[in-house]
Amino acid sequence: MATIKLQQVEKKFGDFQAVKPMDLTIQDGEFVVLLGPSGCGKTTTLRMISGLETVTTGTIMLGDRNVTWLHPSERDVAFVFQFYALYPHISARENISFPLRAQGESKDVINQRVQEVAALLRIEHLLNQRPGNLSGGDQQRVALARALVRRPEAFLMDEPLGALDADFRETMRAEIKQLHIDQNATTVYVTHDQIEAMAMGDRIVVMSEAVVQQAGSPHEVYYDPANLFVARFIGSPGMNLVSSVYSQGVVSIPGTENRYSVPDGWQTPINETLEGEGQIVLGFRPEAAQLKTDGPLSGEVYASELQGAFSVLHVNVNTDDIVHIRSDRQIDYPIGTTLRFDIDPQMVRFFDPGTEAGIKREVSQ
Amino acid sequence: MTTLTKDHTNPSTSFGYRARRALGGIAPHLVLLLYAVIVLFPIFMIIINSFKDRKAIFGMPFQFPNAETFSLIGYETVFERATFQIYFTNSIIVTVVALVLTLLIGAMAAFALAEYPFTGNTLLGLYLAIGIMIPIRLGTVGILELMVNFKLVNTLTGLILIYIAQALPLTIFILSQFFRQVPRDLKDAARIDGASEYRIFTLVVPLVRPALGAIGIFTMIPIWNDLWFPLVVAPGAETATVTLGVQQFLGQFVSDWNAVLSSLTLAMVPILIIYLIFSRQLIRSITQGSIK
Repeated sequence: MATIKLQQVEKKFGDFQAVKPMDLTIQDGEFVVLLGPSGCGKTTTLRMISGLETVTTGTIMLGDRNVTWLHPSERDVAFVFQFYALYPHISARENISFPLRAQGESKDVINQRVQEVAALLRIEHLLNQRPGNLSGGDQQRVALARALVRRPEAFLMDEPLGALDADFRETMRAEIKQLHIDQNATTVYVTHDQIEAMAMGDRIVVMSEAVVQQAGSPHEVYYDPANLFVARFIGSPGMNLVSSVYSQGVVSIPGTENRYSVPDGWQTPINETLEGEGQIVLGFRPEAAQLKTDGPLSGEVYASELQGAFSVLHVNVNTDDIVHIRSDRQIDYPIGTTLRFDIDPQMVRFFDPGTEAGIKREVSQ
Repeated sequence: MTTLTKDHTNPSTSFGYRARRALGGIAPHLVLLLYAVIVLFPIFMIIINSFKDRKAIFGMPFQFPNAETFSLIGYETVFERATFQIYFTNSIIVTVVALVLTLLIGAMAAFALAEYPFTGNTLLGLYLAIGIMIPIRLGTVGILELMVNFKLVNTLTGLILIYIAQALPLTIFILSQFFRQVPRDLKDAARIDGASEYRIFTLVVPLVRPALGAIGIFTMIPIWNDLWFPLVVAPGAETATVTLGVQQFLGQFVSDWNAVLSSLTLAMVPILIIYLIFSRQLIRSITQGSIK
């Protein structure tokens, strides 16, 4: 296993910039998820690491080796594709042993290793089947086995669960995570599903428009999004973002009586960013809102969705902005009710609408 | 009146609807059947007449051979001439070797055109496809000169080379389309797994088997049936093919129709066998659905 280091890696297709120069270091044994909407450059990044796509500029290091211009086969990485990419005319066993046969391993070694990974993925009974006879999940297990059998320096996975049924996806998610814990293999995992990213990643790299927006633990990208894009993209529903005006320690929502006093630790950085006062974006997660009869903010219930363990209320805080508030499922809030609520001071966030960047709180000592 | 309205609201029980459906199933078969009869009739005539004596061939050409008219004289004549076995061997060698080489070279060229985005790829593809539109026979004089210079006149090698050249354009054109349909992920997976480009080629070829079967059939039949190039390039007794060999029974003054019809009947056998091999391959591959 090895670390993967991207230094100023860039990819252009003609005039189109698929990936703008990016730096990223993936630690040995780390599970990194590249997350972003389609067309954001995440798959291109993965393909550049694998060598299936050449870089336009920049350097890719795998361990101590500079692999920037090496052929994919010389990089010693394994790739798992969304649509499995199993060879349809040969059995699962032959599919799994393919990389070993290509490397000219001896028969005994091949048989032993295929047996090992098949046992690990519990697909021993499927080895003589052709891929066409297997379910999507089993096909992806065979594809995973084909990747594992090589014992590569790194695993690269391109939306491996994207083609599976929803209920099966959760099972496989846990299996892949478990495999990673077992093998402690450096893994780069591409997905557009933020739930998958949150569930699996040691670290999430959020990309959009060919640029890394934020790289951090699931906790960090969820609670401390670096900018408005990440705040919106992560979470279901995403973070509530309300255009407001800041002045002298108070954030007010225009056109309403809603006022929110900025908690301790925020005043100085906000003052610095806005140079006193100005437009600001107030951000908070649905679960950060606390329904209180004396809350400083109010709004009218526009819709209510029961999600099972809780409800999500859609609340109009002014004519344009609807925020989502998570509430107790047992209390019914009829449409049109006016609610008052507060925001947990630990979980409120502020953004500069000009740069779209998140404002960082003072580190409290 | 009520029943009538009912019929209209439920088309599946209406007579007109059912009749149209039935007709829709039968009509194409009728047309195809008629076509098959027209195509097969001359062949049928050749076969039945090859088993009749000379008088019956001209007297009652449309009749089946009966006890009176049945005769194997044609086949006897054909087998008495030792040269005829040479012709058969020549035809089979030329057809099989040209076929195998066409498929191999054509598949490799098509794979390269489909797989590698080198400069001039499109241009090269077009250049190779031009041959589809220009009949190779237009170049007969040039080809003959070339064969003379290379001392390939009256050799099977000369014939084989010509037939490969004749079949390659269409083969490359069709196969490169098929290779483009093979999912890129498959080839990428093999590349990452350390397979050489030759190994990837052998991995992908089975996925275009239906195309190989079809092209095999289309390539082989014109080669087997060709009279032109054997006549021009390899007319010698040692290198003549079946189609050319039949000509020795057709004289300026006397034609041995028994022998002609018998040898033509015999000439159908090998090509039918090869056809069966390929078409079975073709059908099996299609039903298996190896390309998703």
